[in-house]
Amino acid sequence: MQNVGADESGRASLLCMKGITKRFPGVLALDRVDFELFPGEICGLVGENGAGKSTLIKILAGIFPADHGEILLDSRPTKITSIRDSLALGISVIHQELNLAENLDIASNIFLGREPRFSPLGIVRNSSLVQEARELASGVGISAPVTTPVEQLSPGQQQLVEIAKALSMSARILVLDEPTSSLSPHEAEILFAVMRRLRDQGVSMVYISHRLQEVDEICDRVVILRDGRRVGELQREEITRDAMVRLMVGRDISRFFPEIGEAQGQPALEVQHLRPPNCRGEFDFSVNQGEILGVAGLVGAGRTELAQSIFGIEPPLSGEMRIFGAPVRITNPLDAIRHGMGMVPEDRKYLGVILEMALAENVSLPSFCSSPSLMLDERGETEMSAAQVRALDIRTPSLRQSVEFLSGGNQQKVALAKWLALKPKILILDEPTRGIDVGSKSEIYNLIRKLADAGLAVIMISSELEEILGLSDRVLVVHEGRQTGMLTREEATEETVMHLATGGTA
Amino acid sequence: MKKVLGMVLLLIVLCLAVNLINPRFGSAVNLQNVSRQIALLAIFAIGEGIVILSGGIDLSVGSVIAFTGLLVSYLVWMHGVPPFAACLLAFAVCIVIGLGHGALVTKLKLQPFIATLCTMLIFRGLARRLTEDDTMGFGNKFTTFRMLGDGNLFGIPVPVLILAVVAIIAHFFMRYTVYGRYLYAIGRNREAARYSGVKVDRMQTGAYLVSAVLAGLAGILYATYTNSVQPATTGQAYELYAIAAAVLGGCSMRGGEGTILGVIVGASIMRVMYNGIILVGISTFWEFAAIGTVILIGVVADATVKQRAAKRAVKQSAKG
Repeated sequence: MQNVGADESGRASLLCMKGITKRFPGVLALDRVDFELFPGEICGLVGENGAGKSTLIKILAGIFPADHGEILLDSRPTKITSIRDSLALGISVIHQELNLAENLDIASNIFLGREPRFSPLGIVRNSSLVQEARELASGVGISAPVTTPVEQLSPGQQQLVEIAKALSMSARILVLDEPTSSLSPHEAEILFAVMRRLRDQGVSMVYISHRLQEVDEICDRVVILRDGRRVGELQREEITRDAMVRLMVGRDISRFFPEIGEAQGQPALEVQHLRPPNCRGEFDFSVNQGEILGVAGLVGAGRTELAQSIFGIEPPLSGEMRIFGAPVRITNPLDAIRHGMGMVPEDRKYLGVILEMALAENVSLPSFCSSPSLMLDERGETEMSAAQVRALDIRTPSLRQSVEFLSGGNQQKVALAKWLALKPKILILDEPTRGIDVGSKSEIYNLIRKLADAGLAVIMISSELEEILGLSDRVLVVHEGRQTGMLTREEATEETVMHLATGGTA
Repeated sequence: MKKVLGMVLLLIVLCLAVNLINPRFGSAVNLQNVSRQIALLAIFAIGEGIVILSGGIDLSVGSVIAFTGLLVSYLVWMHGVPPFAACLLAFAVCIVIGLGHGALVTKLKLQPFIATLCTMLIFRGLARRLTEDDTMGFGNKFTTFRMLGDGNLFGIPVPVLILAVVAIIAHFFMRYTVYGRYLYAIGRNREAARYSGVKVDRMQTGAYLVSAVLAGLAGILYATYTNSVQPATTGQAYELYAIAAAVLGGCSMRGGEGTILGVIVGASIMRVMYNGIILVGISTFWEFAAIGTVILIGVVADATVKQRAAKRAVKQSAKG
């Protein structure tokens, strides 16, 4: 890499970050990383959690400065010391958690804080705002009228509003951090189409994702980071899933998914004519001991409603449930817990764990709730959480560490550990690997399979088809609040699942 | 815990400073007086603190104090009801008030601020209607009953002894039972607590119940201490004193933080300041301004410390 400012054909880079080094107390987050972006390309940036992707992007966005290294924009040295600087230079970062004012409409969101004004009183000139917004919105394929409140849009459409907002600031460089993590496959396709169109118009994009298939699909080039170093670069024709994984983890993951178990026990949970709130149809299925039942469907199809209904968060409108053959009535989560259930909800940060509380306090909470004892058994708490930290290999400086300071993968393990401490018989996992890096994903897959092999009945909801197909013994497919199919392992393929998930019939 | 230590230090400095300027502060009579004032405030501030750390707020305590104080003295003085029975009735009313607050907040999903703002106005109005705005007291009768608020036992004001009992129970409850843990969890993140199996509605209702009952207890103590309950003014703005004491003592208005000991220290600082203002010879007109300033300084200092800590933590974990 003698000439980082240009590629082999001498193409001049739009952005060039040279020798970026960033040290945090105790860690070298970035070690002389080079990164360049050419005009009109989509460059993937991949790596496991902790590889340094976010740090690099935060330096580019002006959230904090690099210790060493320089940034060239149009081959001119540039100083980026604040978010304002980076915006002024045409760099826009769209974060995983969207920054939208949900109650305001599309147009107001696009121009939030930069509304065109006509008087010092700050009265917003609405007609021109709406006009400009309409142009920007249609440019990124937003179909809804710009006066629609953002909260009424699907996650995919909200994502597009963020992009329109960036374009309204005449962004030349767009950084998309995990943009598809909450999108359905269809919405992701729309996003990709918009990205391709923008690329053809000359906008350069950095695409960060854990979904390697998507990186393969959309990126012209991929830069791979590992442990704060740049470990490789793949050109369009070299990009494959295996090549990326090899560079990311520095080894082959030959068996990404664990082997399927053999034993099928008796039915642990039977659901009959169950109708969750906001669902149009009924559910009839059972999960056996030692089985992983995958629940597939598009985002918003009613999978989460089904899980919440079974777990007593939102009791079902009608229907019956049996646990090990005995009819049960579950009207709140505590009932479910007492019947041996546990649930890891989709929204790990706001439902799965209590971020500001200590790891041990999170792990012990369901156990305290289901125990008749009124006294706080602190010794028991320490023992049970220490055992879970060991069993799940949770990386934490101490049991009293606030969960908010753990990495995403470790937070997810805490959300799981609090149930495992209770030795449940039925475990519901809603999007168990969302936003988690490849290494931890594989770890969590192995863990889920191990739990099933130990006799647990597992219901796993996932938007990642790969995960559903790779891990499930059977697949329940949901479409628009109805059960549209139950597939055995042999029947379940990408085509059959997608067919049912998009409203096809079995 | 560090924060409580800081506040204890502030309290000690405050006491020493006042005592330096006017040595009468340290006299037995004044200490008795100040500690009685502290106890009267701290008793209902503990209830407020429990509501705040569970993520709510109770604005009705001042009115509940007036209403129960008035109810007891009215029943005893006007209708000859035995004091003990009058107190039992007052507590029963408080239990209903607390359960009502709980239902409004958990079942009807009203914002606690709004729900208790309404009951604050309602009970102030009911208090004034009860005696048609007449001041109530016990005259010079019922001396034994009046010992509750006014008396001393072995030189210690009775309210201080009552506070000690309340504080020990509350501290034990919050620190050593699962219910305390649940309340902190609800204050941090109600939904996540619910997903973990905590019966959040029941716990929140319990917090409002404790707050109403302790306000009722304070109302009875104030009635017996002052021997004169004024429907329009007794207990006025006391909910704000309670909130101030809780915040000074380390409660966060976002919920999930705070200790019983902290609330007591907060209440002590407020009362010592008030006493100090008088003893040092500053016009009592300054009372609110001085208390407001001290709270502001405390909260700003706390926010600054927290921001620093958060920045440090972000830096340490921002290697992804």
